[in-house]
Amino acid sequence: MQPSEPMIVFEGVEKRFGDHVVLSDLDMTVAPGEHVTLIGPSGSGKTTILRLLMCLEKVDAGTIRVGGRYLTHMEKNGGLVPADERYSREVRKRIGMVFQQFNLFPNMTVRRNLTEAPTRVLGLSKDEANARAEELLDLVGLGDKIDAHPTQLSGGQQQRVAIARALAMRPDVLLLDEVTSALDPELVAGVLSLLQDIGKSTDITILCVTHEMGFAQDFSHRVMMFDGGRIIEDAPPEELFGAPRHERTRTFLQAVSG
Amino acid sequence: MENLPRIVAVLLDGVPETVIAAAGGILLTILLAFSAGLALLSEHRLLRAISRTYVEFFRGTSEVVQLFWIYFVLPVLVGIQLLPLFAGVVVLGLNHGAYGAEIVRGAVSSVPKAQVEGAKALSFSPRDIRWRVVMPQAVLEMLPSFNNLFIQLLKSTAILSFIVVSEVTERGVQVLVPNFGDDIVLIFVLMLLIYLVLAVLITAVMRWLERIGARRLGRRPSASARTAAVAAAH
Ligand SMILES: Nc1ncnc2c1ncn2[C@@H]1O[C@H](COP(=O)(O)OP(=O)(O)OP(=O)(O)O)[C@@H](O)[C@H]1O
Ligand SMILES: [Mg+2]
Repeated sequence: MQPSEPMIVFEGVEKRFGDHVVLSDLDMTVAPGEHVTLIGPSGSGKTTILRLLMCLEKVDAGTIRVGGRYLTHMEKNGGLVPADERYSREVRKRIGMVFQQFNLFPNMTVRRNLTEAPTRVLGLSKDEANARAEELLDLVGLGDKIDAHPTQLSGGQQQRVAIARALAMRPDVLLLDEVTSALDPELVAGVLSLLQDIGKSTDITILCVTHEMGFAQDFSHRVMMFDGGRIIEDAPPEELFGAPRHERTRTFLQAVSG
Repeated sequence: MENLPRIVAVLLDGVPETVIAAAGGILLTILLAFSAGLALLSEHRLLRAISRTYVEFFRGTSEVVQLFWIYFVLPVLVGIQLLPLFAGVVVLGLNHGAYGAEIVRGAVSSVPKAQVEGAKALSFSPRDIRWRVVMPQAVLEMLPSFNNLFIQLLKSTAILSFIVVSEVTERGVQVLVPNFGDDIVLIFVLMLLIYLVLAVLITAVMRWLERIGARRLGRRPSASARTAAVAAAH
C-alpha cells in the first residue's frame, strides 16, 4: 500500500434489495487514520455501507477497496471477478465491527470472546491472545470481568467487551454502527468517552454511524450526510454542523436535535 | 398377590432388552438427527432433497410396518436376516432420527443471525462459525425436545414384542398373561411402572445436561428445570 493511498475506496457502488435501490453510484474515499461519521435519516443506507465493508452484504455494481486491495472482487487472469468467501475473509481480517446489539457469544466467557478469533483466525498462541485480552479489558475498564459470561454484564459492559473484542484483531479499520443506541441513557457517555480515547490513542481508521451529534462533532474529521442512497453533503464537522449547505441537512439536524 | 415375586422377576428379565433397544435407538437417533438435520440446512440441493425424503418417509409411515419390512420383507428381497433386537434398534433410530432432524434444523436456525454476523466480522471460517458459535448454542436449545423424543422412543420399544424380542412388553403379554391371567391388572400396572421409571431416568439425565449447558452460558437453569429439581428433592 502506497503511503498516500486511501484506506477505503467505494467506486460506483450500487446496492439493491429487490427493486429497492438503497445505494446508487456511490463514490467515497476515507484516508488512513481518518474518523468519518455517517449521518442521515433512517433507511438512508448507513448500516448498509458498513455491512458491505464487512462483506455481510454483496455489492450489485461497483467496487470497494480496503488498504489498496479489492474487497468485493479479486484479480484473475488480468480481469476482476467477484471475490469468493476465502478471499474476502483474508481482506476482511483488517476490518473490525461493533454492532448496536453487541453480538457477543453467550456460550463463551469474556476471555474466550476476546481470544477465540485471535487464536483461530490470526494464529496467535494462547498466551499471546490472553495477554492481549487482558490488556484490552483493562483499557475498557473491565479487567475484573474476564471470567464472567456476557449474560452477567450490563449493556454498557457488554458493549465495552464488544469493542475490546474487535480491537483484539488489531484492525486497520473499525466500523461502529450506532454502538450506543441500545444502551440505557446513563451508560452512553461512558462508552462514547472510551471511543474518544481509542480514537486519540490509535491510528485506526474509523467509520461510525451515530445519532449522537455532540460525539460526532468532537470525534470526526469528516461527516457525511446521506439521503436517498447518496452522499448529499461531505464536510468537516464544524462546517457540516455549523453551517450546513443543504436544506435537507438542516432539516435533518433540526429534527435530531429535537 | 402371591404371584407378585414371580411376575416381577419375569418383567425385570425383560428390562435389559428394553434398555438396550432404547439406548441403541437413542444413539442412532442422535447420529441420524444431526446428519439429516444439518443436511436439511445444507447449501447443496441434492443433500437437502435426500434428507427431506428421509425425514418425510419415516415420519409418514407406520413404525410397526417399517419394523415388519426390515425384519420380514428384507430377508425375502435381499436375503439379509437381521437379529430381532438389531432390527428393532435400526427402526427406532431411523424413525426418531427423522423427528430429531427437524429438532436439529429448528434449533440451528433459531440461533440469531446476529451471532453469525458477529462471528463473520471476526473473520471466522464457516466451519468455526458452525461448530464454535452456532452449534454450542443450538444444542442447548435442542435438549428439551430431545428429552421428549427419547421418552417416546423408550415407549416405542414395546413394538419389538411383535418380532419376539424378549423385552418388557413381550414378557408381560406373551409370558405372563397366558400363565397368570387372574393377575392381569397387576401385570399391566407393573409394566407401566417400569416404563415410567425408565422415562424418569432419561429425564434426569437430560435435565443434568441442561444444567451443565446453562452454566456454560452463565445462565441459571430454566425455570422448568429448577422446579423439577425442587420437586425431585422433596
Ligand atoms: N436485508 C434486507 N432486505 C431488504 N431490505 C433491506 C435489508 N437491509 C436493509 N434494507 C433496506 O435498505 C434500506 C437501508 O437500510 P439501512 O439499514 O442501511 O439504513 P440506515 O441508514 O442504517 O437506517 P437506520 O438509521 O434506521 O439504522 C432500508 O430501506 C432498509 O429497509
Ligand atoms: Mg442503521
